[in-house]
Amino acid sequence: MAVAVRRRGTSAHLRARRRLGWLFLAPLLVVNVLVIIGPSIAALYYSFTDWSGIGEANWIGLDNYTRLLEDPAFRSGLLHNLQWTAIFLTVPMAMALAGAFLLSRVTRFRLLFRVAFFVPYVIASVVSASIWENLLDPQAGIGSALGIPGLEGTSFFGDPSLALPAVAFVDIWHFWGFLLVLFLASMQSIDRELYEAARVDGAGLWREFRDITLPGIRPTLVFAVVLVTIWSFLTFDYVYIITEGGPAGATETAATLLYKNVFEYNEAGYAAAMGLTLSVVAFVVMAFYGIARKLGWRV
Amino acid sequence: MRNYRSTPVYAVLTALLVFAIGPLVVLVFNALKTRREAATDAIGPPSSVRLQNFVDAFDQGNLGQTMLNSALITAGTVIGVCVIAGLAAYALTRLEIRGGGAVTAYLLVATAIPAQLFLVPLFFLWTNLGLYDSRFGLVVIYWALYSPLATLLLRSYFVGLPRDFEDAARIDGAGELRVLRDVVLPLARPGLTTVALVVGLFAWNEFFFAITFLQDDTKMPVVTSYLAFTQSFTRDWTLTSAAALIIVLPVLVLFIGLQRKFIDGLTASGLKG
Repeated sequence: MAVAVRRRGTSAHLRARRRLGWLFLAPLLVVNVLVIIGPSIAALYYSFTDWSGIGEANWIGLDNYTRLLEDPAFRSGLLHNLQWTAIFLTVPMAMALAGAFLLSRVTRFRLLFRVAFFVPYVIASVVSASIWENLLDPQAGIGSALGIPGLEGTSFFGDPSLALPAVAFVDIWHFWGFLLVLFLASMQSIDRELYEAARVDGAGLWREFRDITLPGIRPTLVFAVVLVTIWSFLTFDYVYIITEGGPAGATETAATLLYKNVFEYNEAGYAAAMGLTLSVVAFVVMAFYGIARKLGWRV
Repeated sequence: MRNYRSTPVYAVLTALLVFAIGPLVVLVFNALKTRREAATDAIGPPSSVRLQNFVDAFDQGNLGQTMLNSALITAGTVIGVCVIAGLAAYALTRLEIRGGGAVTAYLLVATAIPAQLFLVPLFFLWTNLGLYDSRFGLVVIYWALYSPLATLLLRSYFVGLPRDFEDAARIDGAGELRVLRDVVLPLARPGLTTVALVVGLFAWNEFFFAITFLQDDTKMPVVTSYLAFTQSFTRDWTLTSAAALIIVLPVLVLFIGLQRKFIDGLTASGLKG
């Protein structure tokens, strides 16, 4: 690239091109500094203050962070994030792996299935939530319509022991098709001859999946684990829309707690410390992933 | 010719299909029922079709206004992101700038920065700048949120474009702006379309920033006003289902029409962040 340019123009010409380059980058850099970089740096500062959101911010050192360590609400929020992560690393992952694998082994209607599986992913979160609030309604939902004992009369979003998995379930309905499509794309790049060889050996579906598909899509699988873990620690929309953290804090996640600290409790400084802590979790997961790749692990 | 029969495979796939699509079918059913019928049967097909629900939902949910807001916000976001990311990707791939690598590294990090990190100061900054409760203010946030991802997508697209035409144009004395407009832009159209679809979908459905930064009913996009609507008509499935269908219809039509572009773009965007 650089060689071609040097051949073509004088160094004054090159300088002009570079100036133009920065001019072209300017809009990107300006909006990112204004919205993301600047406020992120400010958040670092405010996390060491008692800022309420309006008025003065007084430096209080590490007080917000020591408070975080002892805050039972934050601990319970993080615990819910951990449960959410555990649910998301298993249920949608298994569904997407199974769906994508089976879809990769058939030829007819493949396009139809792929589109259908992906449709919930393009539905707005408020709509997905309202669909499932209807379907899981204790009086008028599927439970009573189909007369399924146990489902009938159960208030999934109102029962503290069911609310978190129920909200996660709605998000899974929305999200799993995305994983499926991701896996399917990766599976389609596996060498077909491997499957043919396995067939000659008399391998069944399960052995094909275990010995060829799973190793074949390992990088995508690891990537999905990283993505799902990070998103699980930041999950907000479905909880906020369906339960607002209730009943009795049963679905409160770190992100909804942070939100309440900003907009209900006027604890902007404390919320900034919370946001920074969450970001560290996200960056640590990312860093592990990046280092593992740099080390040349096949992930 | 295979060692396994395909019938059980299709059975599992069909079960998953029912799980994915069934709830949407119920949504369509409920949107067409009378309130009385929905009260006794909230799952099954309607005995008669009542289109009045859509009219009622449109009026009572103020969808004329909020759909327009969503359209304006989405259009503003898509156009802005395409311009910002198009220029940036061009600079990164064609204009040998120093520090381009650092910019690319930032873009990769930016796609993973949690909103929770910068939300608090951003909210108070926007309040002070008079951008809180302004559709334009929300659009500027979306520009920043989606331009890193869009730039990365376009950057990899531009790298794959042949350079012969550009070089020929430059030798003919064309300036960079003309090269970008007359040579690169037409070639980049498929890449830009993918970016526009992905960003448009994100902007239309975006919830977190919309609910935080817009308060006035007349400025809200349709998703956040729909939440308020469902909370005030919580037991009326016919009305909320009809409103829901109106919201998802534009997205569904576009998605089904252009599903390959959508899916490729969205999975690629996932891969970047």
